[in-house]
Amino acid sequence: MPADMFALTLPFDPSALTLEMLMAGLAMLVLILGIIVPKGARHGLGWVSLLGILGIMAVAVSLWGEKRELLNGMYLLDNYALFWKITFMTAAALVILGCMRFVDNMGNQAEYYSLTLFATLGMMVMASAGDFITFYLGLELMTLSFVILVCFRKTDAKSVEAGIKYLLLAGMSSAVLLYGLTLIYGLTGSITILEIGRIIAMQPLSPALVLAVVLVIAGLGFKVSAVPFHMWSPDVYEGAPTPVTAYLAVGSKAASFAIILRLFVSGLPGIWENWAMVMAILAAVTIIVGNLVAIPQTNIKRMLAYSSIAQAGYILVGLVTATEAGIKGVMFYCFLYVFATMAAFVVATYYYNVSGSDELRDYAGLAQRSPLLAAVMLVALLSMAGIPPLAGFAGKFYLFSSIVGDFLWLVFVGLIMSMVSVYYYLRVALVMYRDDPVDATPISVSSPVAVTLVFATIATLVIGICPGPLSEVVNGAAHTFFLH
Amino acid sequence: MYVEFALQHAWLVPLLPALAFVAIVFLTRPWQMLSAILAVGSMASSCVIATLAAYGIFTNHEYVEKPLVYATRWFSLGMPAMPDLQINVGVQLDPVSAMMMVMVSFISTFIFLYSIGYMNGEDGFSVFFSYLSLFGASMLLLVISSNLLQMFVAWELVGLCSYLLIGFYTHKISAREAAKKAFVTCRIADFGLLLGILSLQIVFGTLNLTELGEKIAHFEDYTTFGILTMIAVLVFMGPIAKSGQFPLHVWLPDAMEGPTPVSALIHAATMVVAGVYLVGRTMFLFHEVPSAMELVAVTGAFTALFAATIAITQREIKKILAYSTVSQLGYMMLALGVGSLTASMFHMWTHAFFKALMFLGAGSVLVALHHKADVWEMGGLVKKMPITAWTFVIGGLAIAGIPPFAGFWSKDEILVATLAEGHYVLFAMAAFTAFLTAFYMWRMIFLAFFGKENPANHPKESPWTMTVPLLVLAVGAIGAGWLGTPWHNVWAEWIYFGSPHHAAANYGAMMLSVVLAVAGIGLAYTMYLKDTEKVKAKAMAEKYSTAYRVLVNKYYIDELYLWFNHALVDGAAKIFYLFDIYIVDGIVNGIGASAKVTGEGLRVFQTGRLQNYVLIFFIGVLIVAVLMAFVGPSNAVPVMGGVK
Repeated sequence: MPADMFALTLPFDPSALTLEMLMAGLAMLVLILGIIVPKGARHGLGWVSLLGILGIMAVAVSLWGEKRELLNGMYLLDNYALFWKITFMTAAALVILGCMRFVDNMGNQAEYYSLTLFATLGMMVMASAGDFITFYLGLELMTLSFVILVCFRKTDAKSVEAGIKYLLLAGMSSAVLLYGLTLIYGLTGSITILEIGRIIAMQPLSPALVLAVVLVIAGLGFKVSAVPFHMWSPDVYEGAPTPVTAYLAVGSKAASFAIILRLFVSGLPGIWENWAMVMAILAAVTIIVGNLVAIPQTNIKRMLAYSSIAQAGYILVGLVTATEAGIKGVMFYCFLYVFATMAAFVVATYYYNVSGSDELRDYAGLAQRSPLLAAVMLVALLSMAGIPPLAGFAGKFYLFSSIVGDFLWLVFVGLIMSMVSVYYYLRVALVMYRDDPVDATPISVSSPVAVTLVFATIATLVIGICPGPLSEVVNGAAHTFFLH
Repeated sequence: MYVEFALQHAWLVPLLPALAFVAIVFLTRPWQMLSAILAVGSMASSCVIATLAAYGIFTNHEYVEKPLVYATRWFSLGMPAMPDLQINVGVQLDPVSAMMMVMVSFISTFIFLYSIGYMNGEDGFSVFFSYLSLFGASMLLLVISSNLLQMFVAWELVGLCSYLLIGFYTHKISAREAAKKAFVTCRIADFGLLLGILSLQIVFGTLNLTELGEKIAHFEDYTTFGILTMIAVLVFMGPIAKSGQFPLHVWLPDAMEGPTPVSALIHAATMVVAGVYLVGRTMFLFHEVPSAMELVAVTGAFTALFAATIAITQREIKKILAYSTVSQLGYMMLALGVGSLTASMFHMWTHAFFKALMFLGAGSVLVALHHKADVWEMGGLVKKMPITAWTFVIGGLAIAGIPPFAGFWSKDEILVATLAEGHYVLFAMAAFTAFLTAFYMWRMIFLAFFGKENPANHPKESPWTMTVPLLVLAVGAIGAGWLGTPWHNVWAEWIYFGSPHHAAANYGAMMLSVVLAVAGIGLAYTMYLKDTEKVKAKAMAEKYSTAYRVLVNKYYIDELYLWFNHALVDGAAKIFYLFDIYIVDGIVNGIGASAKVTGEGLRVFQTGRLQNYVLIFFIGVLIVAVLMAFVGPSNAVPVMGGVK
């Protein structure tokens, strides 16, 4: 009898959690395999993880169109969530495939891959989160996995320092975020985002709610490294092992945008006009600071870190109007951002393996040593700069085309700063193509890396030249967002 | 069956040379002969398809009024300013385009063939054939275009090819300068043409030739009639430059710097008549605007006379031919201006044969004499180069207007049409030009091919790849005009604007033109052949030295333009240059420098100290809180406790 009652009040359909359960199983399997298999065979764990991710992606694709709600909106499975999950898994697959040799050099493959998978799991939970508990659970799972990953090169002081910094700062930002979420719970009496949305729309605005929103913006702004909450990212990005940086820049950012959209567009639309201008200003400042500080950087990872701050600014633009067009822009941009960023970071990783340096000046003459690496880097950077016909152009187009009315100045800021960004992106191209290499021995690119790079580059080109099909998919996903 | 195929697949006609272009550029460039064969073969195939299609047009009785159009959507845009902007591309087949298609592909085939001999051993042999193929493709595309925008694209493409081919000898400064001059001159005029085309789109909402024709014919909005005049004048600007009409004819004589086959193909037979063709195609527009027709007629007649007077005094064989081309193009414009599409197209047709023939003959001479171009230094070539010389004579008879050679019939048609429209002054100008034409052409022939041999020259006849095209074109120069004799005018039954018409045989005009031609040849004979020391010619030049100098210097038009350039364009450029250096560059560099400085400045905050980061984080929280309180519409009210 009590069991029945439980079933009545909490209708629970575990099949909605298939993807997450598979991912958790895969992560634990890799961890256990790490103990079982001999040291010499551990490089195979990367392939296990990769195949596992591809399999889960296939399941995710087969679930397309499903629409379920678990535990009164605590957990949501819809096209919106599925799209994000596929995005995260694409990023994870690319980073695993592209950086296997780097990981093998570091050792401890089992822990590395399983932590990567746990981080992915955290992101997937975030994409489906319908209430604060789920959301926070996913967020912390992701963040803690990343903390360990960041200081994975235990013998490298820079890596360890980055890990500690990330741990402390992420802890602080989580505290701020939690404080904000608690205030909202106190004001509305609910932790379910949709429920909160309904309640806030009916309440008059209170100072406490304003404070709560400020704290939430700060906490999540930290995750997407929006200025002025971005201070951690250059240091952490530089210190962390490059594949981790890549995944941190892409995955953690995309997951945070997934939850930001849920929270602000589903939970806080009632006070949209109160936060819209703040978002717009944050976006503008982030774009400006990210691009400007990227200019004097001499380390390619730091430069990419600042460029990724700027990219976060562009993505925030899509949030400002809180419309379907804006959501579509955010999703579209995050998806293509995976390919460009992964390509750039995989090149950086590979080149670090060869030269042991991340300094920009050591990229001199890369085009002569490896035309493939140089070309991939060039396409990736140009895509980030938003040069047509590459994907970045289409992405920026969708983001900025959502802007209307009062916020048109934002388009102008984006335009000007895109021009500025071309300067530092092309400086890399100049060094790669114009300068002569100190050491002119050709670099041979191993086939998994070549596959990753070529795939990412082709994706960047195809999405750029023919954005129609992806844009249709994203439209559908963005549409389900409003159907709850 | 083949005819049906050719009619439905006329788009292959420009496509085949285009494919040859791509193939030569990407695949066969290292193999010279293969490239040449590819170019000639594709053009010959196009010629076969074009001929079959033309045969189909004439046997299926497709008239000018109801052309065969195969078109498809190119692109469409929905814009608030221009609802349903829709651009088609397609093929328009009617007697006019069929005739032109056959003419272009036929002459191209033989000139391509001739180029194998002429360009033998030159650097960039394959590249030359790739350019030729691209030109052939573009020109044929222009001819069969069913849409003005499509036509404009092809129009610019032929301009590009012309530029590339004039400047083909890149090591020659004069060739580079000539190429630039041609391109710039044509671009200036093309801007007008583009404006005209855009205006047509705005006023009539379409650029399809057939639709435009219908809409303009029923255009009754007389309040905006000025617009139609403006459009016609703008559209006419393109042909003025492309077809070398006064005052933008200056590039055409200089274009002779290119290889001779190029001069023959592009700057005599095909590309330069594109302007005439365009006016012919948009006749429906000009027909509605009498003042524009006047403009066309007067421009044509004046150009014809003007260029002929210059040709009298020139010494270089290709320059003389170039001015004669300008002059003949003037005839064609005159015919259009007096409303006779028939006569204009007819003259274009015959002119293509005899002028290509003469240019190729000149090329043959130049090869034999190692590019010595001055006709005064030739003489007596007929003995060593009989085929070149006699085919050249046939060309000379044709252009002078001696029956039964081709030029006689078409020139007669133009004269009669001018007279029939009552343009007596223009008729007089045209008739006098006919006299001058016979004179300067035969002056050149007598000087170059007859008379005393110059012992410094050791000419020998050219190889078969060069002489065969000469012979074939010579046949055309004799017989191409028989299509349009006044007694049985097949031409006029097919190619016309409005309704088919042609004047009855006007024996008076015929007599007059024959007398003038014979008189011109006779005068040339007495001055340059009979009088072996050329005493009379020298005396004439001295006696009228001012006039002579003006003519030798081409009325100082080039100098005028140069002066204009120096005084105005360079002056303005200097001002803009300073503006650019100090203002524009200043702003751009300033933005760059300030971005850099700001970047460096912001970097200072990145200390690496955790405490600082946390501090900045909380300052950020404070800033956002303040922003929330003040930028939002009503936040300040609750935050400040309702204090206003």
